[in-house]
Amino acid sequence: MAKTDKKVPMNHVIGFALSLIMTLLAAWAAIQSDLPVTWVIVFIMVLALLQAGVQLFMFMHMTEKESGGGAVPWNMMFHGFALAAILVAGSLFTMSFGFDHGDHGDHGGEHEEHMEMDDSEGDHSGH
Amino acid sequence: MAAEELKTGPLEYRTQEGRMTILGFWIFLAAEVVLFATLFATYAVLYGRTADAPTPMELFEPGIVLVMTFLLLTSSFTCGLAIHQMRRGNVKGLMTWMIVTLALGFGFLGFEIYEFVHYVHEGASLTSSAYWSGFFVLAGTHGLHVTLGTGWAILLLIQIARRGLTNVTSRKFFIISLYWHFLDVIWIFIFTCVYLIGMVI
Repeated sequence: MAKTDKKVPMNHVIGFALSLIMTLLAAWAAIQSDLPVTWVIVFIMVLALLQAGVQLFMFMHMTEKESGGGAVPWNMMFHGFALAAILVAGSLFTMSFGFDHGDHGDHGGEHEEHMEMDDSEGDHSGH
Repeated sequence: MAAEELKTGPLEYRTQEGRMTILGFWIFLAAEVVLFATLFATYAVLYGRTADAPTPMELFEPGIVLVMTFLLLTSSFTCGLAIHQMRRGNVKGLMTWMIVTLALGFGFLGFEIYEFVHYVHEGASLTSSAYWSGFFVLAGTHGLHVTLGTGWAILLLIQIARRGLTNVTSRKFFIISLYWHFLDVIWIFIFTCVYLIGMVI
């Protein structure tokens, strides 16, 4: 072996620093900042996706040359992530957005119901 | 397995068996992505349905969650360093960094168990509401994966102490490193979607 003679793997150090910075940024946005809730959620979700990318590409050897791309089945990874996105977005779309679960006066879950009720009633009347 | 064995490149990729095993493990990870997606979807749909139990806003504390996140992020980094040492043929470095990774993993688990016990004391348990069922199943499945990973790593450490670096042992360590980094990916989403959003909304 002995082809990686570097004592410290720079890409790992950079990846670690990046993930620490992004975690702190996300925590700051959620806890300290005065941004509107929608923007906070968009911002921290983008940071989470970027951090996942750091792990996958900088730590998990997905694109390294020595091993010929790391034997990663790209098509299956793509299908896994696509299925994940469909599952989460689809569940939220069919189960939560635009529906009133009948918990009036209950805590939580009442932010988007009323503004979206009107147009969603027509769409989902077949259910 | 195919007889051709490469003379260069990382040990774990030199045989056909090694490459196919790593490929198979990536397929397993793709399936894990889908498993966790179902749990995230369940959690998201049940969000806010806390019934008479406390709300996440009341219970989640930024401090402990950040500590857990940093423990896991650091363990992912040290796990990467362990594989780097393995690639340099340094068994001692590999074992040292792997033990550091394990220690950080146990730290994470300790905080998670403390957190769960605390929530149950406050009246939020698996059975108290739909929301908390979703929460405990999602976070608990991740915690179970971390627990399994620590046991797996201990067994591999025993094996490498006995056999040294071979095509087979380095492949096994490479695969547990993929697993460990992957658990960090899942945790980033739990941290963001469960804890941070739970503290915002």
